[in-house]
Amino acid sequence: MNEVILIYLVTLLLAWPLGLYIARIYQTGSAPLDRVFLPIEKGVYKLMGVNPNVDMHWKHYFKILIIFHAFLALVVFLILRFQGHLFLNPDQIPNMSWDLALHTALSFLGNADQQHYSGQAQLSHLAQGTGLVTMQFVAPAAGIAILFAILRVLFKTKENVEQGLVGNFYQDMIRAIVRLLIPLAFILSVILTSQGVPSSYQAAAQVETLESSEEQAIPLGPVSPMVAIKQLGTNGGGWYGANSAVPLENPTAISNFFEAMAIMLIPMALVFALGYFSGRKKLATVVMGVMLSLSVVSSSLAIYSENQPNAATAEWSHQANMEGKEVRIGETATALWGAWATQTGNGSVNGMHDSFNPIGGLVVMSNMLVGAIFGGIGFGLVLFLAYMMLAAFLGSLLIGRTASFMNKPLEGHEMKLLAMVFMLQPFVLLVFSGLTLAMPALSGISNPGYHGVTQVIYEYTSAFATNGSGFEGLGDDSVWWNLTTAVTILLGRFVPMFLVLATVVSLVSKKATPSTRESLQIETPTFALVIILLIAFAFLSYLPFIVFGPIAEWVSLINH
Amino acid sequence: MKMTNTQVFWRDVPMRQVFWDSLHRFMPNRLINQPIIFLVGIGMTLSFMTTLYYAALGQAWGYSLSISLTLLVTVWLSNFSIALAKTRGRVVASRLIQKEQKRIAKLWHSQGETTAVPVTQLKRGDKIYVEANDIIPLDGEIVEGMATLNESAVTGESAPVLRQADSETSSVTAGSKVLSDWLIIKVTHPVGTSVLDNLMELVENKPRQKTPNEMALSILLNAVTLVTLVVVLGMIPASQYLGLELSPPILIALLVCLIPTTIGGLLPAIGISGMDRALKNRYLAKSGDAVEMAGSIDILLLDKTGTITTGERRANELFEVGHMPKQTFYQAAYNCSLQDETIEGQSIIELITPLNTDMGEPNVKRVIEFSAETRLSGVDLEDGTRLRKGAVQSVIQWLKSQNKFLSPELEAQVEGLVEKLARKGRTPIAVANQDQLLGIISLKDVIKPDIKLQVARMRILGIQTIMITGDNPLTTATIAADAGVDDFIAEATPEKKLDYILAQQQKGYRVAMVGDGINDAPALAQADLGIVMNTGDAGSRKAGNIVDLESNPAKLPKLVKIGKQLLITRGALTTFSFSSDVAKYFVLLPALFSASLPAIAELNFLQLSSAENIVLSALIANAMIILIMIPVAMHGVRFHAFNTHLLMSKNLFIFGVGGFILPFILIKLIDLALISF
Repeated sequence: MNEVILIYLVTLLLAWPLGLYIARIYQTGSAPLDRVFLPIEKGVYKLMGVNPNVDMHWKHYFKILIIFHAFLALVVFLILRFQGHLFLNPDQIPNMSWDLALHTALSFLGNADQQHYSGQAQLSHLAQGTGLVTMQFVAPAAGIAILFAILRVLFKTKENVEQGLVGNFYQDMIRAIVRLLIPLAFILSVILTSQGVPSSYQAAAQVETLESSEEQAIPLGPVSPMVAIKQLGTNGGGWYGANSAVPLENPTAISNFFEAMAIMLIPMALVFALGYFSGRKKLATVVMGVMLSLSVVSSSLAIYSENQPNAATAEWSHQANMEGKEVRIGETATALWGAWATQTGNGSVNGMHDSFNPIGGLVVMSNMLVGAIFGGIGFGLVLFLAYMMLAAFLGSLLIGRTASFMNKPLEGHEMKLLAMVFMLQPFVLLVFSGLTLAMPALSGISNPGYHGVTQVIYEYTSAFATNGSGFEGLGDDSVWWNLTTAVTILLGRFVPMFLVLATVVSLVSKKATPSTRESLQIETPTFALVIILLIAFAFLSYLPFIVFGPIAEWVSLINH
Repeated sequence: MKMTNTQVFWRDVPMRQVFWDSLHRFMPNRLINQPIIFLVGIGMTLSFMTTLYYAALGQAWGYSLSISLTLLVTVWLSNFSIALAKTRGRVVASRLIQKEQKRIAKLWHSQGETTAVPVTQLKRGDKIYVEANDIIPLDGEIVEGMATLNESAVTGESAPVLRQADSETSSVTAGSKVLSDWLIIKVTHPVGTSVLDNLMELVENKPRQKTPNEMALSILLNAVTLVTLVVVLGMIPASQYLGLELSPPILIALLVCLIPTTIGGLLPAIGISGMDRALKNRYLAKSGDAVEMAGSIDILLLDKTGTITTGERRANELFEVGHMPKQTFYQAAYNCSLQDETIEGQSIIELITPLNTDMGEPNVKRVIEFSAETRLSGVDLEDGTRLRKGAVQSVIQWLKSQNKFLSPELEAQVEGLVEKLARKGRTPIAVANQDQLLGIISLKDVIKPDIKLQVARMRILGIQTIMITGDNPLTTATIAADAGVDDFIAEATPEKKLDYILAQQQKGYRVAMVGDGINDAPALAQADLGIVMNTGDAGSRKAGNIVDLESNPAKLPKLVKIGKQLLITRGALTTFSFSSDVAKYFVLLPALFSASLPAIAELNFLQLSSAENIVLSALIANAMIILIMIPVAMHGVRFHAFNTHLLMSKNLFIFGVGGFILPFILIKLIDLALISF
């Protein structure tokens, strides 16, 4: 209990100054440590051959983002497909199948890091240490870039916005990587290495185990840098198949504390950054208030659930549910990690979500269905803005004003775009889940019945929320799963980005109505409540499937 | 749920007509205008077909039939609410048309006799006769006669004007009052071209245009509906995978329970009722968004005359100038006002009479009527004295034309006096004889008694009131202070009004303008909301988007409230609909499982009977909620002007929590009723 409060507090306290720092990075004028970073950035721009000083039209901005991602995806796809023939492959790992390579490349690109493979066994050092790690920096940076493009539209210079200019994509990307992600990942990587996480290019160590006389290969590699950015960048794709449950990725209590904190650090810091960047601290307080209260409720439920006896064996044992958990980590720390990694778009694990009690399983799935408790880096706030705009629509009506957000009228066009944002998720999830369940031959569900339903929906939910955590036990390395989840990730990541950007651009191009006593006040607790209710309403449309899965399972278990 | 008033909403409404109209609305081409209800209609059709199929196979079909019938009622209730709102509007409109038809004009026949005919029957080119104290019923052209008119209702200028045939001033405007003499007028703008047409439109059953706000809300509701549709369709494979049996009627019932039918079904009725309520308050809205806009305006431009002041001026003080004896000035002022039948003239007599008891009656040789050109009136007496009164500059001009000039000292004195009066909001008029200026009479605008209250009400609603007047700034400032308005535009010209509106709109304010003269038309057209007085001329009526049939700007706060109410009702019923859908989820989902998973019965906390009964109960409850909410849609949610958070919290609480609780209660009661059958 105390350690949970402690980690919340420490993360909040660190996120605060970090938020200020991030806001300064994206404000015009000088930023902290320009003397160190500017030359590096200039070098990068020169290397890429781009001009970072041209403001881009929003459509162009988004187009460059897509081209940039597509190029990167192609490179990584090729590395994965041909890693067997390439260098830095001391353990002679073979080429990946085309569908798995495609899924892996797109999944890391989309900040989901859903893994249908086991890293240490199926990836070369080159693939993990360069290809995937690069994506793990680019994906969160792209989230931050799109967030600030949107915030600029909402809060910054009018004349630029009238021409649809939103900033420079290259600058936004590179700044996030150079000034934020690399320094933080470096610090965390050093801490993790000090705790014993491997950081080498050696081949697997051959050790003689106590149990048998046979030798066991312990795969090594540049693990700690990857783990650092995996935690910090709401990525979640680890070096080893079992992620941070493996002692080599997460050896000590200290490493567990820092890795858990890293999950939440930047998502929280971005809310502070929103306040500093927009100059509307009250607005940031409302956002933080909503996110934090949802987070606390979700974490508490998960921790409560995992402190209960395992639902399946409750008759025999009254101890907390330790199935699928590391004894050295324990039920509370595992539950908290599970909650945090799904409240954000992280999806790393230090225990198996599959083995959580039904309520714990429900919590992690619900977190991802909401997608905006903190959400993926940048991306979560973008989704949250969409929720806010919907809440503003309803809130305006409730006080008898024609609908507006930030004093700009919300009309048919904006509502159409927002409606698409919120319709996309159920469409994608339920169409794919429905198809999978209708054709069980494709799905490779390991558990029949309610748990099986949960597994399927969880897999698509995790993909759509670009979370990437798995309700393991699913035979998910098949063409069907690889392709459908890859499509889900792409839709879940890039379509909402585009729609929200288009919404705010359309919104601000309209005439502002000045704020009067009579207009909707969005910086109030009442408005926060409207947002929470809307989030709850959107979430509850999945209730049938939650009942089909975790709740039915729970009820059937307690009445066993 | 609080209603705006306790009057029952079906009073005076021909229910038979409502009923037939509601049946007509089952036609698919009309039903499709409400996509949510259209979806229910499709479900209903499928459900009836399933019933037939079951019956043909000899399976039990009673349950499926009950579902189908409940769906039929659900669709019908939505149709009924629309038909009711429409018919109510028609009742009010036809009553107003009757009233308009009772307005009588005297139709002039060439032989010199007149017949009384309803104004509505007059056509372009008909000739009408008006005499003193008549209100000119329609715009027209004078063909014969000459008369003084008070056009203050139209132009805002309260001074009487002379109108006569075959001159530049031969056109007359509806709403002007004949003060003296008579006229024969050829009608140029019959009634039918404006108000009556709009009223007739309400009576006819024309399809209604959705307002932008309604459209945006529809998009949101349609999205929620589509999501629910996908969820319910997705349940088919999921339930099959789990080996659960979900029959088509149950799936359809589930879908209908979970989509926002309450708001989807009542949305059109809410909009129509808003217009009905406006019409009941004698506001004829040309479109639904005009009423909505009324709820969102920030600034209201009001003409001074007729709105803030009565349009009349009364003499309140007398100032002799130079070394003029009081007696001489008073006598002159008295003499030249005696023939002046305007309120101004009469008030001068009233003011002077008690001050000077031995006032001799003058021997009038000739009366000089006020003319708009010279802006003077007066009398020529038998003894050769010529007396004139009128605007100070005009009188001085007249003196100059007689080669009489004011001494510099006198000029300074007059100037000082004029300024002093203007600062007090008075209008000075000068009195002179053929030789010299005699004195100044101060005229005071009569401020309407309740205007302060109305302006204060507007302020509570968050609306700034701006007074527009042709007066000079000093005069205007005083009247503005007396009336308590927030700001004013003095010396307003049509361009100035238009510029002001544009400037405020540039800043993002939503501006409403009340006008009645033809010169207001550009401003009325530019304003977000143009409210036109029914007495106004045809041009301005065309430019505005709401006609005030009573021509009483004092009831504007009512219109603002109706607009806000309309939006709040939409928001409140949406909230209600959403929360009741959530509530139904909690009842229905355990029901679906209880068969295959007895354990889930524990979640059936309402202790409801069988799964089939629960689904049917929920569906019936769903229809009943529409019925219960019809009065709310008709009357609108009560609006109180207070703090917006409080308003939002209150509506969230009443409709959010209410919407969550009501389904549980209803479903439990219906379930009990179903068991007892």
